[in-house]
Amino acid sequence: METFMIILSGILFTIATYLILNKNFLRIVLGITLFSHATHMMLMAINGLKRGAAPLLGEHADAYTDPIPQALILTSIVISFALTALLLVLGYRTYIELGTDNMKKLRGESHE
Amino acid sequence: MSNLLIYPIIIPLLMAMVLVFIRDRIKLQQWLTVLSLLATIGFSLFTVYFVSTEQILVLELGGWSAPFGIVLVGDMLAVVLVAVASFVTLMCLLYGFQSIDTGHKKHFVYPMILILLTGVNGSFLTGDIFNLFVFFEVMLISSYVLIALGGRKIQLRESMKYVIINIIASTLFVIATAYLYAATGTLNLAHLSERIALAGQDGLLTAISFLYLTVFGLKSGLLLFFWLPGSYSAPPPPIAALFAALLTKVGVYTIIRTFTLLFYHKPEITHTVMLWMAALTMILGALGAVSHWEIKKILSYNVIISVGFILFGVAVGTEQSLSGSFYYLIHDMLSKALIFITGGAIINIFGTDKLKEFSGLILFRPLLGWLFFIGMLALAGVPPLSGFIGKVMVLKGAIAADELAVSIIGLITSLMVLYSILKIFIHSFWGETLMSEGQEYSTGKHALLPGTILVVCIVAMGLGAEWVNTYVAQATEVMVNPNLYIEAVLKQ
Repeated sequence: METFMIILSGILFTIATYLILNKNFLRIVLGITLFSHATHMMLMAINGLKRGAAPLLGEHADAYTDPIPQALILTSIVISFALTALLLVLGYRTYIELGTDNMKKLRGESHE
Repeated sequence: MSNLLIYPIIIPLLMAMVLVFIRDRIKLQQWLTVLSLLATIGFSLFTVYFVSTEQILVLELGGWSAPFGIVLVGDMLAVVLVAVASFVTLMCLLYGFQSIDTGHKKHFVYPMILILLTGVNGSFLTGDIFNLFVFFEVMLISSYVLIALGGRKIQLRESMKYVIINIIASTLFVIATAYLYAATGTLNLAHLSERIALAGQDGLLTAISFLYLTVFGLKSGLLLFFWLPGSYSAPPPPIAALFAALLTKVGVYTIIRTFTLLFYHKPEITHTVMLWMAALTMILGALGAVSHWEIKKILSYNVIISVGFILFGVAVGTEQSLSGSFYYLIHDMLSKALIFITGGAIINIFGTDKLKEFSGLILFRPLLGWLFFIGMLALAGVPPLSGFIGKVMVLKGAIAADELAVSIIGLITSLMVLYSILKIFIHSFWGETLMSEGQEYSTGKHALLPGTILVVCIVAMGLGAEWVNTYVAQATEVMVNPNLYIEAVLKQ
């Protein structure tokens, strides 16, 4: 299962990289979102999927699942959600002000 | 006593929350900001005093003991940087009170600056690598807002690139941390250091260390600095000064921390790569600084050069060069703030940042000219100012470790720093006076008070090098001997 998830997150990384290298702004945002999803999946899989009982519920299991990767993912999801929202707002304002969502036209110099 | 460590984080954060509710009362906001910054500086100076006389402070948040919970660790390196960062923020704000426009002030610029400081101080103090990521994000999110606030075309354009590159770097940070957790099973810096030392730094850990070097290189502008000159020239001068003085320095601090505490076992691989990255950074930064003709671009490239120089000392990695790097880091925070504040005043006066449209400012702004001149000498490393001693220490350490080639690069680039800033000085202060008093866009007077205070600090740091060095030596002791850090945190 872990191997399968790692391969899946590898595929997601590939797609994300392709999207980020695009010129269109919305595709870059989608790429960044996929990039962070792939990271979270990898973070989950790399530290081992369900290896024992849920922690904190009783003390009699032989082994417990490590809760830390999930805590990390939760924190990271919240942060990437906030960043995506900010990025979309920023992109919308940029589109309104500069009239383009093509990153190549946002290179500078010509606007100054 | 260990509660001292939380104040530099919690005071700016709480005050920022209060300020959000009194958005329209600008005067009151300014007073409260100054008050909270003075309190932060007071507490952090007392912490420096306490750490220098007693021991490394450790605060276990929530009462969870060290490897399990998150800890704040105040060793000399961290607490000195916290004090300097809070002080520099106050100086930039003293300049900003007059020169930031009302639109900014009504749209939460002060709360954002305070949250930025929260993130910076938190990154310095935390003893947990994932918590470091969180504080980094706190700092970066407020910097995204600060860089875009105002919504001018150039700001929007540059903030897009800045935000995208930093989000990707942050995601790489999470990836690196995931690898590190999978390899070692812990996130606490002291515990990590202990485990890496026990297991030996094998190929996997070295690969992870390179991932960290990439991430922190992106944040600090070590070789991967292509985003920096554009985005640092977009925001208004006081905010650019704050960015130049604080943001890249946090990246530099994290490189110092991770490569002296965690990944110090294979210096022939990691530190050699870092050395050449630093050398390239200095060369490319110097070429950029020399070739541009806008104040903001020249000064931004100077930020890059100094990052290269500090990390050159870290890469050499002997006790002397590390203490030189730390000394130069403190100096650079102060003098970058000074040169950006005075440079910002010049831009405000002329209403443009093109060098060729400047002339003859010395006649009616002599004090500003002298402040800029002293800042320039300090950056270039002329004795008796603070830059000189840092450079001497780094170069002495490097020559003792037989790194002659890069030392020569360091010396040549400091000449190019002098040339690039001298270019600004000559064009703006010398020559025929084209405008008369009252014709300029701004008086530039509000840069004089923070500028003078910073110049006094820089001169004092140069003349009182012996005194500063007692603190620097204490910080270096922990860098050279990570066991001191581990023992303080894990209390064996």
